[in-house]
Amino acid sequence: MSTPPVAVVGVGQTHHKSRRLDVSFGGLVREAVFRALDDAHMTLADIDAVVLGKAPDLFEGVMKPELYLSDALGAVGKPMFRVHTAGSVGGTTAIVAASHVQAGKHKTVLAVAFEKQSEGNAQFALGSGKGASLGAGGAFAPFIRAYIQRSGAPEHIGWKVAVKDRLNALKNPYAHLKIEDISIEKVKASPMMWEPTRFLESCPSSDGACAVVITDEAGANAAAADGRPPAWILGASSRSEPPSFPGRDPVRPAAALQCAADVYAAAGITDPRRQIDTAELYVPFSWLEPIWLEAFGLAEVGEGWKMVDDGTTELGGALPVNASGGVLSSNPIGASGLIRFAEAANQVRGAAGEHQVDGAKVAIGMAYGANNQYFSTWAVGSSLHPFD
Amino acid sequence: MSTPSTDIAVIGWAQTPMVRRTDKSETQLLMDVITDAIEPLGLNRTDIDFTCLGSCDYITGQAFSFVSNLDAIGAWPPKRDSHVEMDGAWALYEAWLRLQEGDIEIAVVTGSGRSSTGDPALIYPMEMDPYFLAPLGADPLTFAALQARAVIASGIADERSMAEVAVRSRGKGTVDSLLAEDFVRQPLRRHDLPPITDGAAAMVLATGDRARQLVERPAYITGFDHRTECHNPSFRALDDSPSTRIAAAAAGLGDAPVEVAELQAAFTHEELLLRNVLGLGDDVSVNPSGGALRDNPIMATGLCRVGFAADHIFGGGGRALAHATSGPCLQQNLVCILEERP
Repeated sequence: MSTPPVAVVGVGQTHHKSRRLDVSFGGLVREAVFRALDDAHMTLADIDAVVLGKAPDLFEGVMKPELYLSDALGAVGKPMFRVHTAGSVGGTTAIVAASHVQAGKHKTVLAVAFEKQSEGNAQFALGSGKGASLGAGGAFAPFIRAYIQRSGAPEHIGWKVAVKDRLNALKNPYAHLKIEDISIEKVKASPMMWEPTRFLESCPSSDGACAVVITDEAGANAAAADGRPPAWILGASSRSEPPSFPGRDPVRPAAALQCAADVYAAAGITDPRRQIDTAELYVPFSWLEPIWLEAFGLAEVGEGWKMVDDGTTELGGALPVNASGGVLSSNPIGASGLIRFAEAANQVRGAAGEHQVDGAKVAIGMAYGANNQYFSTWAVGSSLHPFD
Repeated sequence: MSTPSTDIAVIGWAQTPMVRRTDKSETQLLMDVITDAIEPLGLNRTDIDFTCLGSCDYITGQAFSFVSNLDAIGAWPPKRDSHVEMDGAWALYEAWLRLQEGDIEIAVVTGSGRSSTGDPALIYPMEMDPYFLAPLGADPLTFAALQARAVIASGIADERSMAEVAVRSRGKGTVDSLLAEDFVRQPLRRHDLPPITDGAAAMVLATGDRARQLVERPAYITGFDHRTECHNPSFRALDDSPSTRIAAAAAGLGDAPVEVAELQAAFTHEELLLRNVLGLGDDVSVNPSGGALRDNPIMATGLCRVGFAADHIFGGGGRALAHATSGPCLQQNLVCILEERP
């Protein structure tokens, strides 16, 4: 990469729940921020700038919440930046924060993302209160049906993803959904929401926040010398494509392919399936896992579902996907992308706890938004040159 | 403060007609204004390496309102792209950071908003602390009036000097006639307030040699910084703007004099306060464009300030300052310094 190396040295997230009535917006973000700062052995005084991401302000009814949250985030007297790129926003927040350090403007930057869905009604907001909303599940169902039709995947693939991610969530202390008795039968028996997506193949609606501390090469080396491995950012990209036009393929979006190509080129990844040890992909509905495995080059076209079927993407498989339980287990929308990026970082730092993927050296975190239009991805590594 | 590793310059910009109400959608406004910004440079949409749009769902009255604006940037093949829920001046900031990574050369940033579709008195209380301030329902006029009182009490402004700002910005009326009007919120009269404006702006940035190939006089960004403050206005000294002062120092305002300063002062007293905080003397031409008192396309007003400052450089000037702000009583402030050479 032409830019100076930067790395993640601190990660924090909240306990995600349907309703965090115990905390204000400020309290929610601070819970994640102080976990990240503790993890980085830092205080707010070490932070030079704050980048805040969240999904539409209409979700909670607080416009430009970076204004109100400047105090809670310790940003007074500092730059406070607000990103919003639909569902991908959490990922973009991390990328923009990294850009602050890569540009040489700041040494240490805090990326924070949150959603407190219980304060409002996301489905109402998605339709802007102007009428019936399909909701995200309704918007994605046609893409899922197209994938199934093209790939010939059997219907149990979606159920398997749902079970896998919920089992992984049982190993993640921060996960929202803890369904101890999850099973294929239980998923199959859950109500049909948006054909072919059933209730238990869908993400929950969560309150939660995530924070990541990104610092420069010197800061990362200092953390490493102190026995706290950094996650080096090997490559990052955000790409977007327009809502609708002839030739657009929302099952295999060009923006996703380019986003992956950008990241892999920067990171020196030529064989993603073999060189990437684990992936945190934004999978709010079960079938998005095989769709993104293919779009991000982790599987050949039409083959992604087979990696689900043969257990490759399970924790303990050759390429564990969403070892954290993923968006299917916790979905504070604006934060969900940053959680993917943070979980990927923790994997290569060896800091993922019970859901650690053994020996993970390279991981990707990916988020997407709108109708499969906004893509943000980063690759992180346990060293700057993991393939040497 | 660091020195940018790459020369980055504003090489062109455009704004839509600034009107009280337009029937065009935000996407249509951006379609027009991006074309107007890039065509004179001989560029088309495929030449753009990175885009960052600035807009606000609450102004548009719709969640994810910026998504359809991807049509306006012509994001096909898919663009390296971002969006800030901030004024376009902050979109410019993100693009400025991104270009310093050195792998791309041309960026387009926009700011857009149609304030006419909503009621500011209904919308703006929602940007306040949702627990202690939003329930009061205090609108921007109320907060501005509180700050105006503080600025007057400190001797930085009086009602006459505020009226003088209004006359100079709009080029109409006389101070005495304006001062004969009633208060809207004491000490603010109608002339102290911004208009409601629909509009959008687009700006083109280029790096190093590419900038010099495309235009004769790029307006180089030699300093750029923004800072925020405590949110609750009652906890702040409203006759001061420390975040502006920090941002200006970090942007290098003190390194050399500026000839022009474009300040995002939507209220007359804000201009006087900002001049004071920035230490701008009478020799500095402040808001020759008429400023936000003439046209106030929310979410583009700040970016327009940078555009007018760039115009000064394009037209032969040496150094100009642009300022943008967000939040109640100038909570968050941005300073951008443009120069004729890096």
